[in-house]
Amino acid sequence: MKTESNLEKVLNAGHLAVTSECGPPRGALPEEVVKKSKYLEGVVDAVNITDNQTAMVRMSSFAASVITKQQGLHPLLQMVTRDRNRLAMQADIIGAYSLGIDTMLCLSGDHTKFGDHPMAANVHDIDSVQLIQMVKQMRDEGKFQGGADLKGDPPKMFIGAAANPFADPFELRVMRLAKKINAGADFIQTQCIFNVDKFEKWMEGVRARRLHEKCYILAGITPIKSVGAAKFMQNRVPGMEVPQEIVDRMAATPKEEQPEEGIKICVEAIERLKNVEGVAGFHIMAIEWEEKVEEIVKRAGLYPRPQV
Amino acid sequence: MITAERKPLEELIEYVKPYKRILLLGCNECVTVCAAGGRKEVGLLASGLQMALLKSGISIDIRQHTLERQCDPEYVEEIVSMIAGVDAVVSMACGCGVQQLAMRYKDKPIFPAVNTKFMGASERQGVWAERCQGCGNCLLGETGGICPIARCAKQLMNGPCGGSAGGHCEISEDVDCAWQLIWDRLKALGKEESFVEITPAKDWRSGGGSGPRKIIREDLAE
Repeated sequence: MKTESNLEKVLNAGHLAVTSECGPPRGALPEEVVKKSKYLEGVVDAVNITDNQTAMVRMSSFAASVITKQQGLHPLLQMVTRDRNRLAMQADIIGAYSLGIDTMLCLSGDHTKFGDHPMAANVHDIDSVQLIQMVKQMRDEGKFQGGADLKGDPPKMFIGAAANPFADPFELRVMRLAKKINAGADFIQTQCIFNVDKFEKWMEGVRARRLHEKCYILAGITPIKSVGAAKFMQNRVPGMEVPQEIVDRMAATPKEEQPEEGIKICVEAIERLKNVEGVAGFHIMAIEWEEKVEEIVKRAGLYPRPQV
Repeated sequence: MITAERKPLEELIEYVKPYKRILLLGCNECVTVCAAGGRKEVGLLASGLQMALLKSGISIDIRQHTLERQCDPEYVEEIVSMIAGVDAVVSMACGCGVQQLAMRYKDKPIFPAVNTKFMGASERQGVWAERCQGCGNCLLGETGGICPIARCAKQLMNGPCGGSAGGHCEISEDVDCAWQLIWDRLKALGKEESFVEITPAKDWRSGGGSGPRKIIREDLAE
């Protein structure tokens, strides 16, 4: 064990892990963070707290992680390299660790073009692979990126990274994962999986390089609320692949039954993915639909969560 | 080359309105090649300005000249007498040329007529695209001759983000994914495995991180 992270303990004990996410509010509304965390209490092993997702300003991941922690959950601090340079990020890593946050996800972040501040500078002092390296160096060597020694105990962060098996070029996607693992990623959360066939093909490549033995891979799952949401994700969200059969299935369902159909699709996907060698758990991203995570976890046979 | 685009006429009119005599000064280098501020554009802008000003009942004496290179003190020196005869200068050179004039002719108002854009190359007739950000420590030897700093919207140095689709960048279908281009080149060169090598965090001091940069060649400097 490298850290005290609950997620690491669950994975290390051989359980299928379950994580979910909470997008912080666009204002000083701690009660909203509390409300969302209540939906996830006892249902997941860690809660991703997104960092200005879709390049929209929100309560900082750091602050919302602390509030989530105060509610007794295990926050998973997301950090994007888009908004801050290496000094600011390292400061937040030791700050977060000082407040008991021990799990994080290293990302480059959505481009500012997609958010409400397209006029802002994209920082990108370092990229997501270099961020993973930096956190690992802080944890394992007790050194800042610039080379100086950290004072006191190093921040024992369980280090996560993202992988998108559905982006192009497909043949590069396994090597990109290998790079993140070599940089120091302990676990991976994938992009939402709708095309299970393609994911399985990617996992074949992952296993061929034995990457699943070096890192825990959590399969990303998103329940679709409506045929409109399915079409939106199919056409408008970069890096997302929604097969036509899913859109058709939602379209063939009466409107009022579509949310239930979406949950069904999601539970079926989890059941199928459980049998894929190398899948160590699930990351359920129920965007603005956090209240459904408990039901998904229960219906997918992932409840109760292990106490480790 | 350094690319530029001419500013809108309205903005330029606001600059020159208060003066009686101005010099419109072009440059024979990069801005000539990208058709923003060479001799031809000086002529076009002079007549465009003249007409627009006349419509508002303003008459200004617009003199025209084009220097071999505005970023070179030797050429900037040539126009001492010309400068003395005007109230202000509108430079059609890149930002380097404008500043060279401002430093040499300290009491003369100097205005930019173009917006300096980027270091780029011509893709085809009339189209220029960014290719270099002058990071000061070229890594093209490792990336198959395609620059991820200038050409990846997120400056990623270790591969494509999750938004690369069909060879395009997630920000626009008009933008190539730099990492798709790099990957295609690595394949063509049989260097696929080099992709797995991690490019460590960049030292941005060479790229302007330690302030304005300067090159001093001892063998040439006077």
